[in-house]
Amino acid sequence: MASVSVPTTGGRAGGLLRRPTATTGFWSWVTTVDHKKIGILYGVTAFAFFIVGGTEALLIRLQLAQPDQALLSPSVYNEIFTMHGITMVFLVVMPLSAAFINYLIPLMIGARDVAFPRLNALSYWLFLFAGIFIYSSWFLGGAPNGGWFGYAPNAVLDPTRGMTFYAIGLLMAGVASTVSAINIAVTILNMRAPGMTLFRMPVFAWMSLVVQFLLAFSLPIITVALFQLLFDKRFGTHFFDSVAGADPVLWQHLFWLFGHPEVYILILPAMGIVSEILPTFARKPLFGYQFVVFSGIAIGFIGFGVWVHHMYAVGLGPIANTAFGISTIIIAVPTGVKIFNWLGTMWKGDLTFPTPMLFAIGFVAMFVIGGLSGVTHSVVPADYQQTDTYYIVAHFHYVLFGGAIFGLFGGMYYWWPKVFGRKLNEGLGKVHFWLMLIGFNLTFGPMHVLGLQGMPRRIQTYPEELGLTFWNLVSTVGAFMIALAVLLFLINVAMTQRKPKAMDADPWDARTLEWLTTSPPPEHNFDEIPTVHALDEAWHRKYVETAPGRVVPVPAGGSGADEAASAGHGVHLPAPSYYPVVASLGVLLLGYGVVFSWWLAGVGAVVMLAGLYAWALEPSVE
Amino acid sequence: MQEQAAIHVFESEHEATSTGLPNVKLAMWLFLASDVLLFGALITSYVVYRGRSVVGPYPNDVFDIPFTSVSSFVLLASSLTMVLALASVQRGDLPRMRLWLLATALLGLAFVGGQVYEFTTFYEEGLTLTTNVFGTTFYVLTGFHGTHVAIGILMLLSLFSLSFGGRITQRNSMTVEIVGLYWHFVDIVWIVIFTVVYLIPTGP
Repeated sequence: MASVSVPTTGGRAGGLLRRPTATTGFWSWVTTVDHKKIGILYGVTAFAFFIVGGTEALLIRLQLAQPDQALLSPSVYNEIFTMHGITMVFLVVMPLSAAFINYLIPLMIGARDVAFPRLNALSYWLFLFAGIFIYSSWFLGGAPNGGWFGYAPNAVLDPTRGMTFYAIGLLMAGVASTVSAINIAVTILNMRAPGMTLFRMPVFAWMSLVVQFLLAFSLPIITVALFQLLFDKRFGTHFFDSVAGADPVLWQHLFWLFGHPEVYILILPAMGIVSEILPTFARKPLFGYQFVVFSGIAIGFIGFGVWVHHMYAVGLGPIANTAFGISTIIIAVPTGVKIFNWLGTMWKGDLTFPTPMLFAIGFVAMFVIGGLSGVTHSVVPADYQQTDTYYIVAHFHYVLFGGAIFGLFGGMYYWWPKVFGRKLNEGLGKVHFWLMLIGFNLTFGPMHVLGLQGMPRRIQTYPEELGLTFWNLVSTVGAFMIALAVLLFLINVAMTQRKPKAMDADPWDARTLEWLTTSPPPEHNFDEIPTVHALDEAWHRKYVETAPGRVVPVPAGGSGADEAASAGHGVHLPAPSYYPVVASLGVLLLGYGVVFSWWLAGVGAVVMLAGLYAWALEPSVE
Repeated sequence: MQEQAAIHVFESEHEATSTGLPNVKLAMWLFLASDVLLFGALITSYVVYRGRSVVGPYPNDVFDIPFTSVSSFVLLASSLTMVLALASVQRGDLPRMRLWLLATALLGLAFVGGQVYEFTTFYEEGLTLTTNVFGTTFYVLTGFHGTHVAIGILMLLSLFSLSFGGRITQRNSMTVEIVGLYWHFVDIVWIVIFTVVYLIPTGP
């Protein structure tokens, strides 16, 4: 584990397959295999998609601000809400979580990189090209318009190419995520620093591990469903054709068998982030670490057994509905356990409230609301009333925006100094938080009321007589407050980039390994791989408990924190490579080929194979 | 003792990992676990739609169980040659390894050839991808499996070619082992598919 040097097999450096050498500029980013650079690429790309998806949300809210409006035609409205969902789920929350996982996991477990650096680059490029592919559908015959859930037979019978783009685009994103899941899982299981046992890992690492397993086991199911949809649309098969004896409900089963683990894929990384932030600013260890970890694992398992609660109204019968109602109530238990652990962490803590802490507390509060409305869906008769109304929209935005997005913003404020060597402005950050919290509740709080009044989802407008106008207007105003808050964040980022890079290794007095190295970390992460003796290793190197409850700083140089600095000599890092991006480009061409022309698909397949073979044959080090 | 361990690490050409399992091998196991779910969903789709076609040809009209049994046996035999290839490279016997790799690839090719022949026959008997639900689910399930076998053949032939450039040696025999894991997995999946699709009768 001391170095990641890879012996040169074959020894043919140079030649046709020379490895790229750029360390700065455009090509260094295109060819990079450094997990930190890839993490930043993920973050920037996901944030760009966040702004696009947010703009789509604003268009939806503008259309619904007043009754009987015709700002968006019904067909455009279908495309907008579909793209909003696809974007936020697959192109924002998943890759933004991937950004944190990529950047932080090797640092947190004391590794120099992920297990397969080039596969890591491949995952990023495939994700980027999947996003571009799906968005290019706007210019190539219409965007997907059948909802992010793409229900058959509507998705099959739709005459536009939109849902074909959906199927292929999500297949590409799925391959990216599967590759990344295997890569990160192997990294966490296999590349921990000496002494870093599984139960000395930070909770964020644990939650990431659970997420990788959820991805690895749920994505193949949607892969099959998407292939079936694609084949039905492109080759005229009968997977979802009831006239031929098939059953469109198969799509719903396969989709939600993936789709429900997916919601935990979206929320668990944010839960991990919050579990890192709260102890730091409560200056206490996480309350009940094992409980938090085991709850995360339990959520991972039970998450595969609740999918029918998305389908109560389909008519599977009372037995199926009851069984899944019970499992859904059960899955609320480990989630509730975590809430109490976070509260217990803050209880009697030495609390301070910088921006990351505000977002973490905001996460806990908003997630409780979303979790409770979720429990109301588990009750089958209640759900019959709520399903397909704005009550559902309110629920999942409370868990995915009030939950995931708040947690991810908290993470950005928390790790920004580590990643960029500069701290985001606290004043602007706090304004951002409060504006976003108020805007968020104004946007999605009223949707509970609208939903219980019977306002249906996915309908382009509503008549004035229904009396839904007031709360819809409030919701639209709230949405623009969120937009303003995000704008403030961007201004904050722009201002911070101008500040000098002068950040301590450990500006928050934090607890985990990534704070032992410089900010930003060197390319090889650690001059000397730390040996881990305890959970919260970094904290224990700084403080000792002299009597129960009495914590005093360790005198400088007291606890082996200053191991001999070898400044990373003799550390061989994996060399950059052209081929992840080449292979991904091949996949992109293949995708367009399946829509438009088999010749193009052939070219794409050849480019992809050429990329993969060059990848296998290129020399290990330059 | 310690020296022996050091030699072992050197021989297998990887670093000590937290679990003791090499990264590549762990990754292949995780991939195969994930692939189980892929075939799980495909087989489930076939089973759910079993006997629901409204027009023929039906399974009993087209299946030639003796023929498919023989091609199944050919595929299973290729697992044996794969094991022999791995044993050879672990002994350092490269020529023998090449022989067994080629034998494995050829047996795989024979299986895929049998599948092509089978598909052609079924097509001539009127069963296409779009004829009925049986055609749809049958061709897609067995097609996915055939694609897996074809990718396996590509990997075997790549190993075969690479062994001449000195890239496959006793020291990195694990590369052969990894491809072997994939190959055995594809075989095992076929046992399930053959049983579920061909052997369990669907009735009239």
